[in-house]
Amino acid sequence: MASRRRILIGAGLLFVAVGVYVALHRGGSIARGPTAKQHSVAPDFSLPQLNGQSLQLSAYRGKVVLLDFWATWCTPCREEIPHLVELQNKYRDRGLEIIGVSMDDSPDPVRDFYQRFQMNYPVVMGNADIGEGYGGVLGLPIAFIIDRDGRIYAKHIGATEASVLEQDVRAVLASQ
Amino acid sequence: MISKRTRRIALAVLISALSAAIFLGQAPGQATSIPSSHLINPEDLVKILQATQGEKPLMLQVGSYVLYAQAHIPASEYVGPVTSEAGMQQLHRQVDSLPKKKFIVLYCGCCPWNHCPNVKPADDALRAMGFTNVKVLYIANNFGADWVEKGYPVAKGQ
Repeated sequence: MASRRRILIGAGLLFVAVGVYVALHRGGSIARGPTAKQHSVAPDFSLPQLNGQSLQLSAYRGKVVLLDFWATWCTPCREEIPHLVELQNKYRDRGLEIIGVSMDDSPDPVRDFYQRFQMNYPVVMGNADIGEGYGGVLGLPIAFIIDRDGRIYAKHIGATEASVLEQDVRAVLASQ
Repeated sequence: MISKRTRRIALAVLISALSAAIFLGQAPGQATSIPSSHLINPEDLVKILQATQGEKPLMLQVGSYVLYAQAHIPASEYVGPVTSEAGMQQLHRQVDSLPKKKFIVLYCGCCPWNHCPNVKPADDALRAMGFTNVKVLYIANNFGADWVEKGYPVAKGQ
């Protein structure tokens, strides 16, 4: 009986420790979550993809776009990628298109990363202009959810739970 | 009732588990493992920069160029992410000829502090080179939130 109680206590404490670790690992960025519901028009851009072809945001009108500013050296960004790949698979048929904007200085590590993580959505190489156009991308990751009319529905600064992004995506997909 | 022995075991397990959790959260190479004595807060750096007297530091940005081009501390120099070999070589080049007592401030601000991959290797490298007056700018969330939005001086471009 006593040993069973000890096992239960030990398991409980381990659970607490894992919680502490997860909190430390994800940092305070969770609290920064969705900062604003904005409805301004998302600034248009035309930027080179990894394959050299240019991608223009306005060509995605009629789709719900998740615009993800990230970089290969950014740990929370890397952690989000598998969830974004999953999200793209799950909602592509309903009109979701994810676009990654890499803030890396060179496309080389991005190409390697793209292959390794089997990314299933286009990635363009960002620059200071697009950063400023979107209000300053001075910390990563930052995700914008853009509705079918090209308006910004939500902005998420910092590491964001996949479920939170999915909730927003579902809301925009359902509203139009 | 829980016996004293059980409570003691529970306490020991808790301490061990929390220590392990904290250790995992402060893996080598992470900014969280930089000693607090190496850090400088944004407000303290601003005071130094605005003071009419005293030595001004050489400020080195060790994050990405795209972030630097959008906003950086005026007079700070771009080094690049030192997690890359090229970035580390650049850091060495930029300080190689300086006296070891030179006041140097490193900063990045790419990510929340506990995720920044750049400042710790840069701090380690400068100290290994013999620099004795190096500080790392503590940016809790990112350069935008903790510097630009605070209204501290900012420059753009190259």
